[in-house]
Amino acid sequence: MTSISIHHYLILSALLFCLGLIGIIIRRNILIVLMCIEVLMNAVNLTFIALARYYNNIDGHVISIFVMAIAAVEAAIGLGIVIALFRNRETIKTDDLKAMKG
Amino acid sequence: MTNSLYITLIPLLPLLGFFMNGIIAFQQSRGKGFFSTKITSFIACSSTFLAFLISVFAFITLFQNPDLVSLKASNLLDWMILEEFSLSFGFCIDHLTSIMLLFITGVGFLIHVYSIGYMKEDEAYARYMAYLNLFLFFMLILVLADSLVFLFVGWEGVGLCSYLLIGFWFTDKEKAVAGKKAFIVNRIGDFGFLLGMFMIVATLVGIQGDASPTSTNFLDIATLSQNAHLLGPGITLITLCLFFGATGKSAQIPLYIWLPDAMAGPTPVSALIHAATMVTAGIYMIAKLSFLFVLAPITLHVIAIVGVSTAFIAALIGLTQYDIKKVLAYSTVSQLGYMFLALGVGAFSGAIFHVFTHAFFKAGLFLCAGSVINSLHHEQDIRQMGGLWKKMPITAITFLLFTLAISGIPPFSGFFSKDEILYMTYANGQHPIYYWLGLLTAGITAFYMMRAFVYTFMGETRYKHPEKIHESPAVMTYPLIILAVFASLVGFIGLPHIFGHNWFGHWLNSLGQHTPHHIDGSFLQEGHLMLISTAWAVFCLYMAYRLYTKNLNFTAPIKKSLSFLYNLVYNKFKVDELYNALIITPIKVISDCFLNKIFDAKIIDGLMVNGLAHASRFFARSLSIIQTGYINHYVFYLLIGLWLVLITLVLT
Repeated sequence: MTSISIHHYLILSALLFCLGLIGIIIRRNILIVLMCIEVLMNAVNLTFIALARYYNNIDGHVISIFVMAIAAVEAAIGLGIVIALFRNRETIKTDDLKAMKG
Repeated sequence: MTNSLYITLIPLLPLLGFFMNGIIAFQQSRGKGFFSTKITSFIACSSTFLAFLISVFAFITLFQNPDLVSLKASNLLDWMILEEFSLSFGFCIDHLTSIMLLFITGVGFLIHVYSIGYMKEDEAYARYMAYLNLFLFFMLILVLADSLVFLFVGWEGVGLCSYLLIGFWFTDKEKAVAGKKAFIVNRIGDFGFLLGMFMIVATLVGIQGDASPTSTNFLDIATLSQNAHLLGPGITLITLCLFFGATGKSAQIPLYIWLPDAMAGPTPVSALIHAATMVTAGIYMIAKLSFLFVLAPITLHVIAIVGVSTAFIAALIGLTQYDIKKVLAYSTVSQLGYMFLALGVGAFSGAIFHVFTHAFFKAGLFLCAGSVINSLHHEQDIRQMGGLWKKMPITAITFLLFTLAISGIPPFSGFFSKDEILYMTYANGQHPIYYWLGLLTAGITAFYMMRAFVYTFMGETRYKHPEKIHESPAVMTYPLIILAVFASLVGFIGLPHIFGHNWFGHWLNSLGQHTPHHIDGSFLQEGHLMLISTAWAVFCLYMAYRLYTKNLNFTAPIKKSLSFLYNLVYNKFKVDELYNALIITPIKVISDCFLNKIFDAKIIDGLMVNGLAHASRFFARSLSIIQTGYINHYVFYLLIGLWLVLITLVLT
């Protein structure tokens, strides 16, 4: 029986981060993309907290709480945009949103 | 050497006049402001007259102090100071310049006064007076300058004013073209002048060591005269280049073609710029640089040959012309050729003496012609004149006096200067053909001048409206009378040696001190030559008078039998056509076929302008492929960027 070390936490957060990125890149539904962004942030949060515990330093905790607040705000604004978008375009598929094509 | 700052006023006064009249003209052209011909005339004439008074004062100062070589206002401003070369502004009045100043401002003032009458009905009166003042400013800069570059500033400036005044009535296309022609032909000559200056600097900069020049201000005329011997064998090429510049400004072969066309300008302009002052700038420049030219005998030979052939050819053309101003124009070219002949044989003071007397009688002739033209409502063809003797007595008498002066009849001024040139040509031991051609030209001059006189003033009135002919107003005739007095009398300041002291030659004896003078002529010889030339001039004058008063068309059978030769001369030896065919047409063809259609269209427009546009558009198109508009793609690019940053951080 091996104890759970700092490496496990870091590998888990890296995996979470990669999952979030892959989700952003391959999913077409903006709601899913927003959720993936949340996953990204939580992966980062996990890293902060793990390392804060490891180094016995309070700063990581503070930043992770700060990130959570930001994430809440971001989710509110992001969902607001999505709703506004849906009212205008009646779609939330990124495939249909390419007005910025060069 | 005292610094005489007051001489800077001489050019500055006309400049002030130019600004004041220029503002008036500018306001007038916009339909604003207060405009009065009286004020304009007053500004223009008084500024010139004050400049004249200061010139007289400067002359008297020099005259009373024989030890004083020159009045200077040097180093007014530094133009540039480099390690190996420097330039500064400065004015300098030596004996030569003092003479030039006197007649430039004096004759200039008379012509300003005359213009009041001649131009009074012109709409752009203020503009005309402003240009005339500007011309005087640049001409005074030209003669006052103490360095070649500063002289060149004046040289270009008078060219500009010449262009502006020839094309004064620019709404007439022909006149605008004449102005352009004068400007372009002058630029060709100026190129030679510039090359000459560059070569002087290039040669003197290279000299190091003990023999190095005394100052880095190489183009300063005083410095140049100290360093002339350092120029070495290159001096021939340098002087040839400078002379080429002079042929442009002073209308000599091969660049004389602009002067006859320059008659498109108002007649007082022809008198001031294209007879009395500007066209003598080339002669002035060579006389001022006589210390260079005496070191280059080959150049002097070239000058003599060019001068005498120009004098002869222009006189021939003058014989056949019917436009009174064209006759006078070719006469000017011919007299300028005389002056160059004098320079070429080393008679620098003789050349300047002829410049001096020529300024009076030729300006007078032009003003007389202007008086006639004004009276006949811009009729310039002498076949339409005739019989003006009684209607315009003052103009006629002064014209006759000027004719006698230019023909070299004693005791009028032209006799003394022309005789000195012919004598020096004969005595300087060069080929006698110069002398004989000069003498022949003098006869032709007398002949065509009398022809013009008879055509214009004698016989029946051929003008359509004889009742409209009237003598010009006093403002025009007084300058004529004053000029006639001077043209008759100024010759006495340069008496031939057999009559006594040649004051003029003595005054200018610093010119060409090292001339290889071989004056082996005796007093007796000079007397003989004088008799020959006088008799010849009188004979030609008399022949012209008899032949033309008897029958104006006595030349008709000659014209018929020699129609080819006559037409050749009448059409000015077709030099314009020759230049057209040899130079202008090839340039036009090359410009159109190569420069326009290939170089401009294909290379400048095609390769460079459009090419750059096409290239940037191509790259933009290529890059815009990745700009898909899909947010997922952008995130992917972001990821790649992040990855690259990480790779670099890890690897370094």
